[in-house]
Amino acid sequence: MRFDYSPAPESTAVVDIASSYSLFIDGAMVDSLDGSTFKTVNPATEEVLSEVVDAGSADVDRAVRAARAAFEGTWSRMPGRERGKYLFRIARILQERAREFAVLESLDNGKPIREARDTDIPLAAAHFFYHAGWADKLSYAGLGEAPKPYGVVGQVIPWNFPLMMLSWKIAPALAAGNTVVLKPAETTPLTALLFAEVCQQAELPHGVVNIVTGAGETGRMLVEHPDVDKVAFTGSTEVGKAIARSVAGTRKRATLELGGKAANVVFDDAPIDQAVEGIVNGIFFNQGHVCCAGSRLLVQESVADELLASLKRRLLTLRVGDPMDKNTDVGAINSAAQLARIRELSDIGEAEGAERWSPPCDLPDRGFWFPPTVFTGVSPAHRIAREEVFGPVLSVLTFRTPGEAVEKANNTPYGLSAGVWTEKGSRILWMADKLKAGVVWANTFNRFDPTSPFGGYKESGWGREGGRHGLEGYLHG
Amino acid sequence: MAISIDGATGSEAGLRRLLTGLPGVDQVGAEARAATLGSRSVKADSKKALIDLAISCIDLTTLEGADTPGKVRGLCAKARVPDPDDPSCPRPAAICIYGDLVPVAVDALRGTGIHVAAVATAFPSGRASLPVKLADVEDAVAAGADEIDMVIDRGAFLAGRYGAVLDEVQQVKAACGDAHLKVILETGELATLDNVRRASWLAMVGGADFIKTSTGKTNPAATLPVALVMLEAARDFFAATGTRVGFKPAGGIRTAKDAVKHLVLVHETVGDDWLDPSLYRIGASTLLNDLLLQRRKMQTGRYSGRDYVTVS
Repeated sequence: MRFDYSPAPESTAVVDIASSYSLFIDGAMVDSLDGSTFKTVNPATEEVLSEVVDAGSADVDRAVRAARAAFEGTWSRMPGRERGKYLFRIARILQERAREFAVLESLDNGKPIREARDTDIPLAAAHFFYHAGWADKLSYAGLGEAPKPYGVVGQVIPWNFPLMMLSWKIAPALAAGNTVVLKPAETTPLTALLFAEVCQQAELPHGVVNIVTGAGETGRMLVEHPDVDKVAFTGSTEVGKAIARSVAGTRKRATLELGGKAANVVFDDAPIDQAVEGIVNGIFFNQGHVCCAGSRLLVQESVADELLASLKRRLLTLRVGDPMDKNTDVGAINSAAQLARIRELSDIGEAEGAERWSPPCDLPDRGFWFPPTVFTGVSPAHRIAREEVFGPVLSVLTFRTPGEAVEKANNTPYGLSAGVWTEKGSRILWMADKLKAGVVWANTFNRFDPTSPFGGYKESGWGREGGRHGLEGYLHG
Repeated sequence: MAISIDGATGSEAGLRRLLTGLPGVDQVGAEARAATLGSRSVKADSKKALIDLAISCIDLTTLEGADTPGKVRGLCAKARVPDPDDPSCPRPAAICIYGDLVPVAVDALRGTGIHVAAVATAFPSGRASLPVKLADVEDAVAAGADEIDMVIDRGAFLAGRYGAVLDEVQQVKAACGDAHLKVILETGELATLDNVRRASWLAMVGGADFIKTSTGKTNPAATLPVALVMLEAARDFFAATGTRVGFKPAGGIRTAKDAVKHLVLVHETVGDDWLDPSLYRIGASTLLNDLLLQRRKMQTGRYSGRDYVTVS
C-alpha cells in the first residue's frame, strides 16, 4: 500500500498576535521614545505577523535605568527564597501556556511545531524550574559563602531558539539576584514579547525583566551602555568578537556563546541505526540552525559507504515543509538573509569539488526553504568543512585511526560540541578527553538539560550556561 | 550491509561471527526513535487507510488452554464477517490457533481465502525434543494449516548455542512444506535489543518467512523499540540477500492507536512494500473490535459502544 500522512496542521487559533508591539520596560508595555519600527514575518509564508519597535538609545537607557532601580530597590534585597517563588511561578505559567508559546514560536521562527512543542518550550520551562531551585541555595554553589549578583545584565539572544535562549539567559540571572534587559533577535521577537505578559501574570516586581526589541544596533547600545554590569550574548562569533572588544578594559563581565562546527565522529563499531538518527538529529534538527550542530560528520573509512547509504535512505523519509504540520521534521529557514548565506556556502562547496546530494523534496513556493543537504568527499581544507553554515548542510569527512579522528575533529577554530559513536566504552572516554569541545555527546547528539553546563572552547565562546557552572557567570564571591 | 552469510553458517564459530558482527543497538537511541515515530500525527484519510490495513493484517488469535471447537468456529465467523453492518469492512489475514483445532478452522474458513495459522513446536515454551516439535509441525500442516508459528529455543539462544537454534529453524522450515513459517523470538525473554537483532537474523538465515516478536504469553511483548529493531533487521536482510522477510508483532497490541503506531514504524523503517498482509501481520485477539469501533467512528462521527461490535 502507498501511504502518506494526511495533513495534520496545528491550530493557530490559540495565539493572538497584535498588529504592533511596544517595549516592555519597568513592568509595562511602553511606547518607544526614539525608535523606529520594523516588521516580523513568518518565514514559512513570508506573511507579516506584526510590527515591532527598533529601539533607540533613549529606549535602551530607559530600560537599563528601570533595571537598575529594580535591582537596587527590590530584587537584590529580596531573600533568595522569595526570588525562587517568582521563578517557579514563571515556570508553571510557561507550562500552562505551552501550546500558545509553541505555536507562536513556530510561526515567528519557521521551526516545526513538533520541535517547538517537544523541545523548546519544555526546556524553557525546565530552565526556570531548575534555577528557581538555586535561588535560595547560592551559597552552596561553590562560589563563596555569600556570592553577590553583578547588578544589571544586558542580554542579547539569537533567533534559532528564541524562547529557550531567553530562558537560558533570564532564569540564572534572576535566580542569582540580577535584573535584566534582554534584546531578542530582530527576526524572532514575538515569544519574548509574550514572555513579558508572563512576567506580568507572575506579578514579577517591575523592572526586574525588561525587553527591548531591535536589530544589531540596539544590541550594541545595550552592550555598550555604561550602567550595564554584565553582558551575556549568544550569537555569531563575529558579533561576539565585537562585544569582547567593546567590554575590554571596562569593569563589565561577559559570557559569550558563539559559533560551532562540531564533529560527529562515527567509528566502525558504532550502533549504525542510532548513529544515523544522531547524525540526522545533529544537523537537521531545527533546520541546522544550531550552534552546536554536528555539521561535520567524521566517519571511519571502513564503514563510510555503508553509513552513507543508510543516512541517505533515512533522509528520504525526512518531511520538509509546513512548520505547523505536526508531522513536519524540517521547517523553514529563518530569514531570506540566512537562506542566502546557506546557498552561498553550498555553492562554494560544490565549486570546491565536494559532491552535493539532497533527497528529492517538493519545497513550498513561498517562504524560505533549503533541502537537507549532504556533501561527501569533503576535505578539511574545504570552506564547508571550516565555516559555520548554520543550515541543514552536512559535510562528510573520513578517517582511518582514532588519532586521525581527534586531529581532524579538533582542527577548527571552534569548540562547542562533539559527538562520538562507538560501542567501546574505553574509546568514548579516551575521545572525550582528547576532543576540544565544551560538550561531548556519546552515542547521542543535541541533548540538553538545565543541570548540564553548556559552552565552548576557542572561538565558541567564554563561560558556561546551565548547571552550577552557569551560575558563576551571574555571581561574584 | 557488508555481511556475508554464505560460509558463516557452516560452523558455530562462523555463525557467532556473523551475529556478533552485526551493528550493535544502542537501547536509549532505539527507544527514543521508537517514541518519536510513535508520536506521528495520523489523521483523516491516512488514519482510515491504516485502520483498514491493520484489520487486513490481523492474525485473529485464540490461544487458551480452554479453547473449544465452538470458540474457534465463533472466531472464524467473526473473521468471515468482521462487521455485520458493513460489508466493505476488510477481513483479517488469518486465524491463529493451537494445532489440534486446525481442522475446525479449515472447515469453517473454506473458500474465504483467510489463512489458518497454527502455533507449533511445543508452543509457548518450546521445551520439547526436536522430534516432538517436528511432529507437532507435521501434524498441523497435515491437518491443513498453511501457516506455522514456531517458537525458538530461548534457552539455547541465551546459552550461545546459535547453531542449535539455526538447525531447529531449518528443520522446522523443511517440515512446513508449502506452509509459511513464522518464527517467534519471544523477545521479552531475550533481554537485550542486541539479542533481538541477532535472533532476528538467525531466524531469517534459517529460512523464516516471517519473524514474530512474542507468544503473547510473556511480558513485555510487542513493544515499539523491539518492533523497530526487528524491522531494521528485515530491512538489512533484504539489502544483503534480496529476500523480503515479513514481520509480525504479537502480544499487547489492543487498541487502534497502538496498531497505527506499529504501522507508522513499518512505513518509516522498511517502507511501504511491507504494508501488506503478505509481509506484515499483527497477532491479536481483542484489537479487531477497537479497530471496528474506530472505523465506525470515522464513518459516522460518533463512537458506538462495545455492544455494537460482536464478541468472539
